[in-house]
Amino acid sequence: MNEAATPAQRFLRVLVTVGPGGLWLFLFVLLPSLLVLLASLLSRGPYGELGLPLGLHNYARALQPVYLEAFTESLLVGVWATLLSALLGYPLAFYIARHPKRDLLLFLLLLPFLTNFLIRVYAWLVLLQREGLVNALLGAFGLGPFAFYPSFGAVLLTTVYTFLPFFVLPVYASVERLDWQLLEAAYDLGARPFRAFLHAVLPQTYPGLFAGSVLVFIPAMGTFVVADLLGAGRVVLIGNLIQQQFGVTRDWAFGAALSVFLMGFVLLSLYLYARLQGERGLEELV
Amino acid sequence: MRRLLSLHALLVYLFLYVPILVIVALSFNESRRGVRFSGFTLDWYRALFQDPRVLEYFLNTLVVALVSTLVSTVLGTLLALGMVRYRFLGKELLRYLLYIPVVVPDVVMGISLLLLFAFSRELFGFPRLSLFTVILGHITFQLAFVTLVVRSRLLLLDPALEEAARDLGARGFQTFLHVTLPLAWPGVAAGALLALTLSLDDFVVTFFTAGPGATTLPLYIYSSVKLGVSPKVHALSTLIVGLSACFLALGYALSRRRV
Repeated sequence: MNEAATPAQRFLRVLVTVGPGGLWLFLFVLLPSLLVLLASLLSRGPYGELGLPLGLHNYARALQPVYLEAFTESLLVGVWATLLSALLGYPLAFYIARHPKRDLLLFLLLLPFLTNFLIRVYAWLVLLQREGLVNALLGAFGLGPFAFYPSFGAVLLTTVYTFLPFFVLPVYASVERLDWQLLEAAYDLGARPFRAFLHAVLPQTYPGLFAGSVLVFIPAMGTFVVADLLGAGRVVLIGNLIQQQFGVTRDWAFGAALSVFLMGFVLLSLYLYARLQGERGLEELV
Repeated sequence: MRRLLSLHALLVYLFLYVPILVIVALSFNESRRGVRFSGFTLDWYRALFQDPRVLEYFLNTLVVALVSTLVSTVLGTLLALGMVRYRFLGKELLRYLLYIPVVVPDVVMGISLLLLFAFSRELFGFPRLSLFTVILGHITFQLAFVTLVVRSRLLLLDPALEEAARDLGARGFQTFLHVTLPLAWPGVAAGALLALTLSLDDFVVTFFTAGPGATTLPLYIYSSVKLGVSPKVHALSTLIVGLSACFLALGYALSRRRV
C-alpha cells in the first residue's frame, strides 16, 4: 500500500498493529484450545489433579449411555429451541420490517436481550415457581398449582426466551433486502397466497433463516446455566456435565474430553451452515 | 393476514416483557413470596444498599468491565487496522482465531481459560484466580468482537482519503491520528460499547476464572438464585434492568441523531 515504506518499516507497522492482539489471541485462544486437547488425553490423579497415563479413555467414557443421554438432551434442546424460535421469530421479523416504526420495534426487541442474561433466566424462575404468576393465573381457573420446574419444558421455554433475538435479527436483515416484486409477479401469474409465499418469499429469506438457526442452536445446546437453574438435576446437558467435572467432581481430563465433543457439535453445525451458505455466509454470520 | 401478524407480534412482545415487568413489580412488593401485591415498599432496596458486600461486588463488576473494555478496544482497533491494511504471515490463522471466541460455547471458553491458568500456575507459580484472571478472560472474548466490528467499519472506508493525507505530506502516525482514527471512530465506539455490554453481562467465563474475593454481580445473583428466589435479587435485577435501559436509550437516541 505504501510504496515508500522499506521492508523494515513495514515489519514495524505490522508488529505494532497486529503484534499485541495477535499475541493475545495466541496466548489466550490458541494455547488454551491446545491445552484442552492435551488435558482430554490425560487422567485424573488421586487428588483431582491432571496426570498420566495418556490415552483415549476419556473419550470412550463419554460415549457410555449415561453420558450419551446428555448429548441427546442437548441436541433436543438445541433443535426444539431453534424450531420454537422460528415459529415466534419468523413472522415477527416480517412484522418489524414492514412497520413504519421499525427502529423502535428493533430497539424494544433488543432491550430485554441486552439486560443481564442471568436476570432473564431468573425471571422465568420467578414466573414459574409454585407461588408465581403462571400458577396464580391458573389458580384463578381452579387449576394447579403445578410444579413447572425442574423440567425439560421449563428449560426449553427459558432457552427460547433468552436467545430469541438471535433468530429475529438475521431474518429481519433478509426481509429488509427482500424483493417484493417477485411476490407480485407470482400473484400476476395466478399463484395463491400460500404458494406465492412458498416460492417467491421464503427462498429469499433462507440466508436469514439459516443464520438465525445456527445462532440459536449453538448457544441453546452449549449453555449450562438455564438447565442448571430450571432443570435442577432433572435436565442434564453437556454443558452441565462439563461444569460438574470442573466443579465438584474435579475430573478435568474427562471434562476436557466432553468439551471437545461439544466443540465437535458446534463445528459440525457451522460446517453444515457453510455448506448451505458458502464461505461468505460464515463471514456474514460473524 | 396483517391482523394476524400484528397479534402475533403483540404476543411475542408480551412474552419478552412480562417476565421482566413481573420482577420489577415484585421488587416493590411487601410480601416476600407470591404474586399477591400486599403493599408498596422500598425495604428490599434498603436491604440491598445496606449490604456492604453488594457494593463490593458492584465495584468489582465495574473495575472488570472498564479495564477489560479499555484494553480490548485498543488492542482490537490496532489488530483490525493491521489486518485490513497489511499482508503478513499467519493472517489466515489469526482470522480463524478471531472466530473461535465468537462461536465457542461459553462453558468451553471458561474451562479452557481455567486450564490455561492452572497449567501456568503449575509451571510459573502465577496467576492465582482473582479479578486479574477474570479481566484476562473478558479481554479475550471482547477482543474478538471489537476487532470484527472495527474491521467491518474500516473495510467501508475510502483508501483515497489516507492516500490524500500522505500526498499532502502526513507521516504514518499523523495519518492514523488525524484521518484513519476519526473515520473509524463510529466503529471503535460501537465495538467498545459492545465490549462493555458483554463484560457486564458475562457470567460463565467469570464463573470459571474468578477466585475467592473476585465476586461480581452476576456471580452474586447466581449464588443467591441457587438458594432460592429472593426479593433482594428482584431489587438488584430491577436496578440493573433500569440502568441498561437508560444506557440503551441513550445509545439509541445518539444513533438516531447521527442519521
